[in-house]
Amino acid sequence: MSEPVSALNAAAFDGLAHVQEAGLHGMITLRGDHADADFAQAVADVAGVAMPDQREVVSGGDTSLIWMSPDELLLLCPYAEAGETVTKLTEALGDTHALAVDVSDARVVFTLTGTHIRDVIAKLAPVDMSPAAFRPGMVRRTRFAQVAAAVWLRDDETAQIICFRSVAPYMFALLCNAATPGTEVGIF
Amino acid sequence: MLILECPYCGVHAEETELHGGGEAHLTRHGPESSDQDFEGYLFQRENPRGVHFERWRHVHGCGKWFHAARCTATLEVFGTYSAQTSEPPQHIRDRISAKRPGWSWRELA
Repeated sequence: MSEPVSALNAAAFDGLAHVQEAGLHGMITLRGDHADADFAQAVADVAGVAMPDQREVVSGGDTSLIWMSPDELLLLCPYAEAGETVTKLTEALGDTHALAVDVSDARVVFTLTGTHIRDVIAKLAPVDMSPAAFRPGMVRRTRFAQVAAAVWLRDDETAQIICFRSVAPYMFALLCNAATPGTEVGIF
Repeated sequence: MLILECPYCGVHAEETELHGGGEAHLTRHGPESSDQDFEGYLFQRENPRGVHFERWRHVHGCGKWFHAARCTATLEVFGTYSAQTSEPPQHIRDRISAKRPGWSWRELA
């Protein structure tokens, strides 16, 4: 077996914010009706965390459940456990009209840390990044310049950005450019 | 700049996060229909100055289609609503009537 390698091999950049390709993450896309009690129960049982509300993330230990749309969730877990978790989910979901797919190798995760992360994100995405509108624990699917991405604010100084692996170098270049030292806007 | 609220994820999405899907509430006519109905479905579109109903897709977000009622002259948005309907809901019509008395659009008024 070949060794799994993350998209940019943990590339990092220091500027307005610290940009870090966050390495290998287990990522599972879940499709199903959140309002369906069987679906919600099966997901919560296997994930070990509660179902998130609209545009929110629920975390526990090294597992996070991210709200992606009214019928889609993204489950983050350790890379090595993704395959097993998909099997468990598929069993738990049974006949429910739902789908669990391992997308760990199709996505890439970036971590942005520092006091200016809101500045950096606001330069790239058409999102209201004011602390009143976008609070820790919230997630927003949007675009960063020309590519689709999801941004999750873990806390006031940490954000995680998830996008397709195929655009990882583009996203890294974007983030580094937006984090160029001396380019802070300072409105947040 | 046009900002529409996605009725599925509650996001106030700016136009570049969305994709326009043309006129709303078209009745689809297939091969069994009359030539006139089929031509109307394929080619005849409203192009109003004022109240208009459109389909939009939250393409860089939840990916869902939805409907929007807006004014093409001022870009004022009267509201957005679910795609799972063949006509605008009453509360949207009421809001348009309050702001544009006497409005009409196709057979709606």
